Amino acid sequence: MADTMQFDLVSPERSLVSVPVREVRLPGTDGDLTAMPGHAPTIVTLRPGLVTVIGADGSQTEFAVTGGFVEIGPDSVSLLAERGHARDEMTQDIFNDMMAEAHRNRRSAESRRETVGEDVVTAAAKLLADMEALGTHVGLDPNQSTVPN
Amino acid sequence: MPSLKDLKNRIGSVKNTRKITKAMQMVAAAKLRRAQEAAEAARPYADRMAAVMAGLTANAAGSSSAPRLLAGTGDDRKHLLVVLTSERGLAGGFNSSIVKLARQHADRLRGEGKDVAILNVGKKGREQLKRDYGSLFVGHVDMAEVKRVGYDNARAIADDVLDRFEAGDFDVATLFYNRFQSVISQVPTARQIIPAEMPEGEAAGGASALYDYEPGEEAILTDLLPRSVATQIFAALLENAASEQGARMTAMDNATRNAGDMIDRLTTEYNRSRQAAITKELIEIISGAEAL
Repeated sequence: MADTMQFDLVSPERSLVSVPVREVRLPGTDGDLTAMPGHAPTIVTLRPGLVTVIGADGSQTEFAVTGGFVEIGPDSVSLLAERGHARDEMTQDIFNDMMAEAHRNRRSAESRRETVGEDVVTAAAKLLADMEALGTHVGLDPNQSTVPN
Repeated sequence: MPSLKDLKNRIGSVKNTRKITKAMQMVAAAKLRRAQEAAEAARPYADRMAAVMAGLTANAAGSSSAPRLLAGTGDDRKHLLVVLTSERGLAGGFNSSIVKLARQHADRLRGEGKDVAILNVGKKGREQLKRDYGSLFVGHVDMAEVKRVGYDNARAIADDVLDRFEAGDFDVATLFYNRFQSVISQVPTARQIIPAEMPEGEAAGGASALYDYEPGEEAILTDLLPRSVATQIFAALLENAASEQGARMTAMDNATRNAGDMIDRLTTEYNRSRQAAITKELIEIISGAEAL
């Protein structure tokens, strides 16, 4: 079995990364997981968090994603994220933006509690919490973003 | 018969027009390249999304608990037409062709006794539809401030559409845009986005069985369907942007050529009347001399 696989990080606007890798650590909705070559074909949704990629030469790169989903195959991993940034590109501004969106999301879910159901509200609150955890993890302040009304 | 001075002015003004259309053509060509690159760059995401969706929908289609975005509301009485047009004119038949298709659609649906609502994206479509269908308008998305179409724009439209769907405002949503075929050919296209169109039989079935899904298939589907709507709108916006520039480029190319023809014609006429004036003067001089 090959010891590397193809990793693609794709955003709706363009393809961000396409490199051979040894392993990818993913923040799945139901828990973290690591994909290595020869993984069973799986489709997993992601929560906001850090994706760690171990390159073919052993180098480690991290990306912050705001959710999305991953298609894992035996020799490829395709990550479809609505937003993805390399960890060292993550600035407070970008993060504030992400936080603001999570806040907006929760607010809209709460205001429509009756129509959308309790699950959606819980999911939105969880998304916000995950987003905060992500910020703290990369050393950014989750409380700086202005909460929209 | 216009005077020499009139002709000269006329030629000058047509030359100016030609300069403008030529400049617009070149700007459109540059923008077209950028728009095409953007459309190209967005393709991997859309393709993968479509592939995964195809697998999921094929599995879920049969089950009775399929999400409403996929299965529909079980009704098709209320239709929402999302008409994507441009903010600027001078792009040949670009906007008219979309509007024409939307009109046909709206008329047919109304003929069948169905409710039609129209959501406009872009100014030109609204202007053209306002007179006949103004009462059906439910909203307008202004793209005038948008220099480059981003995913955020598509998401905003998608959120708007999804909110209306959840509120029960419509059963079926159709997107109208111009599919970019080549610089000289753009195809007005209607595409149903809600409920999601089922993929054609076997192509989808094969791939889906291979995958494990985590969390469950239905949870993923619920998560993915709204994203898929946004992705489809995004793809349509990009195609539309490329088509708009293509159409404008062709239109301006024609305009430049027509202006060139007109200048040639006017110049011939100008030279002819100049020559006539000279000949007339000569005749006057000669006949004057002969009379002596």
